[in-house]
Amino acid sequence: MILKLEKRLKGSEGEFLLNVDMDIPEGSFVTIFGRSGAGKTTILRMIAGLEKPDRGFIKVGNSVYYDSSAGIDLPPQKRKVGFVFQDYALFPNMTVAENILFGMEKPDRGFLDYLLELTGLEKLADRKPDTLSGGQKQRVALARAVARKPEILLLDEPLSALDMETRKMLQEELQRIHRDMNLTTFLISHDFSEVFRLSDTVYVLDRGSIVKQGRPEDVFVQERLSGKVKFSGEIVDIKREDVVYIVSVLIGNRIIKVVADPAEAEDLSIGDRVVVASKAFNPFIIRV
Amino acid sequence: MFDQQFVETIFLTFRLAFITTVILFFAGLPVAYFLAYKDFRFKPVVETVVSLPLVLPPTVLGFYLIVLLSPEGFLGGLIEKISGHSLLFTFEGLVLGSVVYSFPFMVHPLQSGFSSIPPSLIEASYTLGKSRIETLLKVILPNMKPSILTGIVLTFAHTIGEFGVVLMIGGSIPGETKVASIAIYEEVEALNYDRANLYALVLFLITAFILIVVYTVNRRFTRAQNL
Repeated sequence: MILKLEKRLKGSEGEFLLNVDMDIPEGSFVTIFGRSGAGKTTILRMIAGLEKPDRGFIKVGNSVYYDSSAGIDLPPQKRKVGFVFQDYALFPNMTVAENILFGMEKPDRGFLDYLLELTGLEKLADRKPDTLSGGQKQRVALARAVARKPEILLLDEPLSALDMETRKMLQEELQRIHRDMNLTTFLISHDFSEVFRLSDTVYVLDRGSIVKQGRPEDVFVQERLSGKVKFSGEIVDIKREDVVYIVSVLIGNRIIKVVADPAEAEDLSIGDRVVVASKAFNPFIIRV
Repeated sequence: MFDQQFVETIFLTFRLAFITTVILFFAGLPVAYFLAYKDFRFKPVVETVVSLPLVLPPTVLGFYLIVLLSPEGFLGGLIEKISGHSLLFTFEGLVLGSVVYSFPFMVHPLQSGFSSIPPSLIEASYTLGKSRIETLLKVILPNMKPSILTGIVLTFAHTIGEFGVVLMIGGSIPGETKVASIAIYEEVEALNYDRANLYALVLFLITAFILIVVYTVNRRFTRAQNL
């Protein structure tokens, strides 16, 4: 899949140019990572045909979705894309099964059953979306997005509104769907563990430009840090104790206390995303 | 008590409201759709035209309709050439007047119904390969049922209640253009309070009944949506 996109965007901090150039192997799992307002969602929307680039080229498999120099711009209906929206966008007038069937070109009961089983929704097939929990809605959105057997799956922060446990379950489901259907998948995420667990490649986007790309461990963990064990987490507390600082880091749902010297601690603040690495005995902490 | 003229007048009133509502539903739908989803240069002009009947005195509207429909007028002349008679003081003319007069009462609820649909719902339907028409019929309209119902009820009720426009362009020809609201006025003028009361009561009861049915159904819609 080849993606070359250019578009002027108006962000909260003024105008900037979204300019990305990606060449993504079929079937890979790609994460776009970056602060809000960096243009992540816009990239997905342009792939889906919901928004128009100023200039660019989008090719998925053998089909050209968009080519500004040749005047090609397929409407969203003609692009084989599965899109999972941040707000799920389930149709309130349809049941779970109807929502999924709506995504198919021809109703295929067998495939519906497969998808319901894959996402654990068998028992909820006849319920209306409004009666479901966030995690369940997310599953329906996922099943509906792949019901059309798309070439690519676009996930716009699909798990951000869910609690830790649901999130983990859905991450596993995403992995299963990705593996089973061999879909090129794009994920927008703010969550480190998600990025680490799911993606082959991560692109870090800042104000419209890709500032880093590669495997998650290469992108987020610097070379000099060749620790034996690494965990990523979030700082929840920094306390001074005599000459050192005790930094509490939330990893998964556990809090780990790490000693940092004042020079290190100066660079850290509560809420920072960090990697805790351990070399032989002493764990140390690095902001990412 | 319920003599032929009485029944005729009541029947005519509801026939007018029904036909007007049906026409306005299909005419209002595309207008509301464009106003809700498209942005174009002359949108404020179109919105003004749609809303004008809300603020204009019915007599002003009636007056311009007379001018427009009179055999000397452009539209009136054209219609007379095609159909052989003028629309003024006919039931068809009354329908046309009612359609113009009640236009905002259909378009506004539909427009706000369209606007209330989250854009992501429409986009989701497009990314699932569904055309605009299919999206409209299967996603948008089923999720704005309360607005559709409001538009239909308001149009119907407003047409039943109209007076000025009907009087101006329809006159008061029994069985052709004499509707209940005009009949009430005439009976009062002639000091036939009993008959006026009869018209008023029947109109009141039927209209209240329709509204009760509609709001009961509407409550079920909104309940189903919130479930």
